[in-house]
Amino acid sequence: MNSLLQNKRNQIIAIVALGIFLLILPFLAGMLGQAWVRILNITLLYVMLALGLNVVVGVAGLLDLGYVAFYAVGAYVWALLASQHFDLHYPWWVLLPLGAFLAALAGLMLGAPVLKLRGDYLAIVTLGFGEIIRILMNNLDKVSLPGGDTVYNITNGPRGITGIDGLNFFGFKLSKGIEIFGLPVSGLQLYYFVFLAFACFSVWMVYNLQHSRLGRAWQALREDEIAAKAMGINVRNVKLAAFAFGALTGGLAGGLFAAMQGFVSPESFGLLESVMILAMVVLGGMGHIPGVILGAVLLSAMPEVIRYAADENVQQKVFGFVVVAPEVLRNLIFSLAMILIMLYKPAGLWPSPERKAELEGDRV
Amino acid sequence: MSATLEVKQLEVAYGGIKAIKKIDFHVNEGELVTLIGANGAGKSSTLRALSGLIKPVGGKVTYKGQDITGVPSHALVGLGIALCPEGRGVFKRLDVHENLLMGAFARNDKAQIMREVDEIYGMIPRLKERTKQLAGTLSGGEQQMLAIGRAMLAQPKLLMLDEPSMGLAPLMVEKIFEIIRLIAKRGTTILLIEQNAQLALEHASRGYVLESGEIKMTGEAKALLADPRVKEAYLGG
Repeated sequence: MNSLLQNKRNQIIAIVALGIFLLILPFLAGMLGQAWVRILNITLLYVMLALGLNVVVGVAGLLDLGYVAFYAVGAYVWALLASQHFDLHYPWWVLLPLGAFLAALAGLMLGAPVLKLRGDYLAIVTLGFGEIIRILMNNLDKVSLPGGDTVYNITNGPRGITGIDGLNFFGFKLSKGIEIFGLPVSGLQLYYFVFLAFACFSVWMVYNLQHSRLGRAWQALREDEIAAKAMGINVRNVKLAAFAFGALTGGLAGGLFAAMQGFVSPESFGLLESVMILAMVVLGGMGHIPGVILGAVLLSAMPEVIRYAADENVQQKVFGFVVVAPEVLRNLIFSLAMILIMLYKPAGLWPSPERKAELEGDRV
Repeated sequence: MSATLEVKQLEVAYGGIKAIKKIDFHVNEGELVTLIGANGAGKSSTLRALSGLIKPVGGKVTYKGQDITGVPSHALVGLGIALCPEGRGVFKRLDVHENLLMGAFARNDKAQIMREVDEIYGMIPRLKERTKQLAGTLSGGEQQMLAIGRAMLAQPKLLMLDEPSMGLAPLMVEKIFEIIRLIAKRGTTILLIEQNAQLALEHASRGYVLESGEIKMTGEAKALLADPRVKEAYLGG
């Protein structure tokens, strides 16, 4: 009993410490430069994306290689409805829910035709879906109705959409920054706090989903589809729900991304992004929320850190000359790290105890 | 007495190939009926069609007078039909207890569910010893016990078992059949699909012999056991 209390106390201390750390983190990063704050913000978006994909891949066991499509839907909803492009300027409380909702709808659209597919086949179709969304964004700049001569420019094609409104709370533009008790807080740092709030919301949502009746149905589906049916689980609905809920956080992250960047183009939503998000889930620990967060943080921050470490100046200092072009070295180290992790930690860096037991052989 | 399960002129085909050719059989309330046959005779196809995993191309299945032909599997659970699938199909990354609870997925009477879980533990002590163990780490026989226990938590009136003895050591098979006998004794109607004809007939009240998609023989289990043709074909002379 005593140790249980002790455990509980340690847990609270850890959470409080983590909270304080997360609150001062943007200021620490700010000392290194605003570029680092931006990296933090992007990392938080990746956390949301990875959590969303984790619902589909990690919990429900449906391999999705086109997840970035939902990110794109959220980003484009924001970009089209809050920019100079159509001269529409809807507020965030319309755009974020709408983006999430439409992303979820896109999830259903993807889910419906692939209900009977599994494994590799599912992966191929979802991959195609991701590409379709990207190609649509690329080509919806010259749309004409059959018989009509007017050409509509919906997405502005590969040039992307610029001049997107940022986050704006009741007339206060976040990007302007603020000064609190003489402490200057930059716009990006303010964005950080908003993103942090949304990331926490995503964690809360995914956690509750995973531990709900629906979450148990997802687990059953992942383990054995026929047995799941035999338990009275409506596999069709449960699968669709996984795609929809997974897409939801993706759409949310997309909207936030557009708001911070002020610019979106189809280029940001390529296959490589989907693969990256999937890698975060797998490397972190499929189906395990802390693991997935760790995966997202590592994989989005690591390339930046390596970029710094592999800098030409650093190489010049160490070797006297530039050995490998920094960009090449960065990819090399990054790939090597991923291979090593998968070799030595097949269940991920921080797997759930169940998966660890299954893949690494020790019993719980 | 009207039949709990009645199958009439059931036809199953994969593409153009007929796996089941217009078979008739029935299971009365409280009976343990077995469907035996060699590999590829169509046993599993029959069960798949009954349990809504595939749509039959012809024929009719009624359960307590209600037409259930082509009703999806998940909907059958609510009617009181449970399937214990071939190859056991336990949820490997869930522990024994969680697996059992999953069997009661369609129910929400929590207190009663917990009582029944305890009952299952009473009936299959092996599971109680392993409550917190992941199902994937159990032996094949224990997994089969778990799959049967899990099916029972759906409170079935009719339990359909697909080859419960598959791939198990003889000693374990005996134990599995003991559990099946216990369940039958409690009044649950059972349809047992088996390759192990000897054991299945020893425990069943009636039997049907399936051969290349057709029912070749039927009768009291004891009579089938004694039948020289059955002996020769399925019981090793």
